[in-house]
Amino acid sequence: MEWTRKDLIGIESLSRDELETIFQVASGFKRILDRSVKKVPALRGRTIVNLFLEPSTRTRLAFEMAATRLSADVISMNADASSFVKGETLKDTARNIRALNADIIVLRHSAPGAAFYLSKIIDIPVINAGDGSHEHPTQALLDGFTLLEHLKSLDGKKITILGDILFSRVARSNIFSLTKMGAEVTVAGPTTLVPSSFASMGVNVIHDLKTALTDADAVMLLRIQHERQSSTHFPSLSEYTSVFGLDKRRAEWLKPDAIIMHPGPINRGVEIDSDLADSERSVILEQVTNGIATRMAVLYLCTGGSISALETSKE
Amino acid sequence: MSTIRVIKNGRVVDPKNSRDEMADVYLKNGKIAKSLSIGELAKAEIIDAKGQVVCPGFIDVHVHLREPGQTHKETIESGSWAAAAGGFTSIVCMPNTSPAADTAGTIQYIMDTVQRAAIVHVYPTGCITKGRTGENLTSMGSLKRAGVVAITDDGDCVQNNEIMRRAMEYANMFDLPIMDHCQDTSLTEDAVMNEGEWSIRLGLKGWPAAAEDIIVARNVLLSEMTGAHVHMQHVSSAGSVDILRWAKQRKVNVTAEATPHHLALTDSCIKDYNTNFKMNPPLRTEQDRKTLIEGLKDGTIDILATDHAPHTNYEKDREFDYAPFGIIGLETCFAVSHEILCQEAGIALNDVISWITYKPAELVNIPGGTLSPGEVADITILEPESTWQVTEETIFSKSLNSPWLGKKLTGQIKQTIVSGKTVFKDGKILN
Repeated sequence: MEWTRKDLIGIESLSRDELETIFQVASGFKRILDRSVKKVPALRGRTIVNLFLEPSTRTRLAFEMAATRLSADVISMNADASSFVKGETLKDTARNIRALNADIIVLRHSAPGAAFYLSKIIDIPVINAGDGSHEHPTQALLDGFTLLEHLKSLDGKKITILGDILFSRVARSNIFSLTKMGAEVTVAGPTTLVPSSFASMGVNVIHDLKTALTDADAVMLLRIQHERQSSTHFPSLSEYTSVFGLDKRRAEWLKPDAIIMHPGPINRGVEIDSDLADSERSVILEQVTNGIATRMAVLYLCTGGSISALETSKE
Repeated sequence: MSTIRVIKNGRVVDPKNSRDEMADVYLKNGKIAKSLSIGELAKAEIIDAKGQVVCPGFIDVHVHLREPGQTHKETIESGSWAAAAGGFTSIVCMPNTSPAADTAGTIQYIMDTVQRAAIVHVYPTGCITKGRTGENLTSMGSLKRAGVVAITDDGDCVQNNEIMRRAMEYANMFDLPIMDHCQDTSLTEDAVMNEGEWSIRLGLKGWPAAAEDIIVARNVLLSEMTGAHVHMQHVSSAGSVDILRWAKQRKVNVTAEATPHHLALTDSCIKDYNTNFKMNPPLRTEQDRKTLIEGLKDGTIDILATDHAPHTNYEKDREFDYAPFGIIGLETCFAVSHEILCQEAGIALNDVISWITYKPAELVNIPGGTLSPGEVADITILEPESTWQVTEETIFSKSLNSPWLGKKLTGQIKQTIVSGKTVFKDGKILN
């Protein structure tokens, strides 16, 4: 199918067909990344502004890398260096960036709904690189892409998301994406971080680690986000690790060929045992690599790139 | 100046006097008259209210006029225009101004401005605690002498139970009701909407209903202990209604209000992060909404109040987390209440009018609210079945932060009369 969206705000509004289109385009770009000349001229002459109003390393680098591979010009802007500290509103900042002739804005912001709000104000594509605890669609896309590479199809597959679900935009975007792709999704972790209301999003809510992991095809660990929690959500990191930390012994509860994922940055020894993070079941670094191809796909599609043109150029 | 007017041919709805009949209403020298002499009738100005409802002018005990200190949002003058356009002839303004209305001097400033600029009756409230910080009681005796009709820290809630207890005991000595904004702030840190399915989905920080219920329960218990009249502002949750029902069975001296927006809207409205659905307390669930309507029906909730809270476009037009809480409500109060309570819930028009006339008047001991002879001639003339569109032209507040802007509503105010003088007629302020 052809892509008709200008923005990528969240996974919630996407159809399964649209998700599959992104995966298809991403897999085309991934082949390019394996070549010696890792660059295509698709976005030559376009300028992408990475407006990152909340700290990020991996996502910003991946967007910069994706834009570079597409031959776009990239400017990255961080909160501490922007007019934000002088009190300029998001609306004014964005309109100024638009007036500077940017072609696309990639926004990371601490307020849920910020990317949607921005997309209503300006007419150029807005890509959500994380809006508070709401969505992080490109993370879910790279996760879905990675899962598909290993599991072929997600229909009927059991996938467990473990950890700080309440504050996690990665969890929300993955819940939308994985359920649309046909997977059976379980969210697990302490009751304070995994409230039962998540059941309304069509997932199982489980607080017993063994039940949550048994027979899972994949487990997605989430970082315990110290910066988003008040201290009341669990007593201590060591208590968390003793009840919900994933180690080699507990990983045995998974299916034998199950994969272990993590969006990073990992807290070694907290949510995941250090050895396990580096083990062959871990696909954490594959996720990072796939983050470039999937983001190339998103940038390409939202700027009007056609799928058929891509197929031709590959030949 | 002697002015004699007759409102003819209207359906007179006066719930306090159990009247609902076709009748004429006589106005003489700013008061309601029982009858007029033949000579007076001959020179009277006739107002034809054919096909219209003639009722006591509306009364709202919960309005933010933002003056002094935040006059870019609203002034006493503009707020009084909004009131008149909504059929309100008396409004009670909240003390969360800048500076807070916690001294007789500030109350005097408000009273002077009202005298000079307002086109409806405006009654001030004073703070419970100095600077609304929840720590030291205000000089309530002086506030009372300066003219306040109640005390409240609205927008903030006194967290310390000992201070609230003493405030109740002390205010009771002056017959001042305590209006409380019920919110346990330890449960609502950084919260911006109701905690539930929608906060989970939207990733917004949730605000559990229990944060309100806990304080409602606290206030009930302290009111029972002290005997003071405590009024719960903008009750939004089903739990609060249950607690209040229990309190009223025990004859505790508590009252409560509900806002039209909590009766009409739910947290699902926030799905597009529209900040005109961001208010405090937050919009709750459909179950809460229905329970509030039941609470009004059985008398657990005593009155309607708007919590008219103006904010400019530039303040509201931003990320949901950063936008201020509150919406305006004076202009749309009757229509929204009529649609939800009369048309949807099947409640009689007379009951709805009672919740915005004599009941709030009695609650804060102010004149008006009835068409009894000798009473001040504050009258609202309306057409319950007329449909109108909410536009910038129909909003007289300085701010436009209404979730109904652009929407069509049924129930239209045609004329508002304050002390015998028409201040609003057919969409225009007469000044």
